[in-house]
Amino acid sequence: MIVAEPKPIKEILEMVKDLKKILVVGCKGCVTVCNVGGTKEVGILASSIKIYGKKNGQEIEVEEYTLERQCDPEYVDEIKNIIGDYDAVISIACGVGPQFLSERYPSSKIFPGVNTKFIGGAIEHGIWSERCAGCGTCVVHFFGGLCPISRCSKSLLNGPCGGSSNGKCEISKDVECIWDSIVRKMMEQNRLDELIEFKPPKSWITARDGGPRRMIREELVK
Amino acid sequence: MNDFKPQLVAFCCSNCASSAAKVAEGMKKALPDNVKIIHIPCTGRIEILHLLKPFEEGADGVYVAGCQEDSCQYVSGIAKATKRVMYVKKILEELGSEPDRIDVFNLSAGKGQEFVEVAYKMVNTVKELGPFLSA
Repeated sequence: MIVAEPKPIKEILEMVKDLKKILVVGCKGCVTVCNVGGTKEVGILASSIKIYGKKNGQEIEVEEYTLERQCDPEYVDEIKNIIGDYDAVISIACGVGPQFLSERYPSSKIFPGVNTKFIGGAIEHGIWSERCAGCGTCVVHFFGGLCPISRCSKSLLNGPCGGSSNGKCEISKDVECIWDSIVRKMMEQNRLDELIEFKPPKSWITARDGGPRRMIREELVK
Repeated sequence: MNDFKPQLVAFCCSNCASSAAKVAEGMKKALPDNVKIIHIPCTGRIEILHLLKPFEEGADGVYVAGCQEDSCQYVSGIAKATKRVMYVKKILEELGSEPDRIDVFNLSAGKGQEFVEVAYKMVNTVKELGPFLSA
């Protein structure tokens, strides 16, 4: 899933200061799963803004709406009849949400309520960890199913480097050295010889380095 | 003299704090009349939004009275509630308010006296802070 974290409320309040009618829009996709932008969190943000307004003697009207997804036009369309009533819209979806809303509703003021962090998963309740860098050419099968692109600090394809110590990366004792895990796993599977083979530099043309990406699947296009 | 009478909402665990309330009643120890008690089966069910809503509706302070950390019938109810209270403290700070307006207390079924003391302690703390909405 795409993992995000809430923006500080102070930052959000600064964005929407002097605006009286606010619509907080959540998303039932990834940000609901990572507890940052679903119906519950829409309620928390809306309540916080209302409290701020009451505390400061400002009349702020805040409404709540959670879309099925903010990354599909048919769901973004759902608020077409109400969005015009608001001075500001705070999207608490990943970075796609506020952009899809901005594109669909060009005259509305759209603000982001979360910071999108990475593509990852929940390693336990409340703890998420990065697993994919979206490089566009998956190579995990060469490395025991573990991704050195997203999980090695240097994205090394021929690791580990000299900064690996007791399974940890030199950048922090809290960061595991994925190359340590890769080597151990390949040893367990008697496949260490596969790591001896030199991996040539990766082409980053399919990654973000090739510019903004777009994907067309003709069999799905109407 | 400060004659402000704060309005408080207390979320109380039915298994310990509410029993403590009964003990207090038996001891003829009365709670302050400006504390509104909400009984809940387990404090672990309290969401962040439940803790924020009283403030939105005009309460001056909120507290959670739950079990001791090691005696929650549902194992981790009070531990979860404690973390959520801490989160709301952070929100209050971000909104320019005092984090002491919300707190969490560990009680147990027999502690009637402490149940009442906690209520007075919170009332006094919030009284010192003054009204929430016009603060």
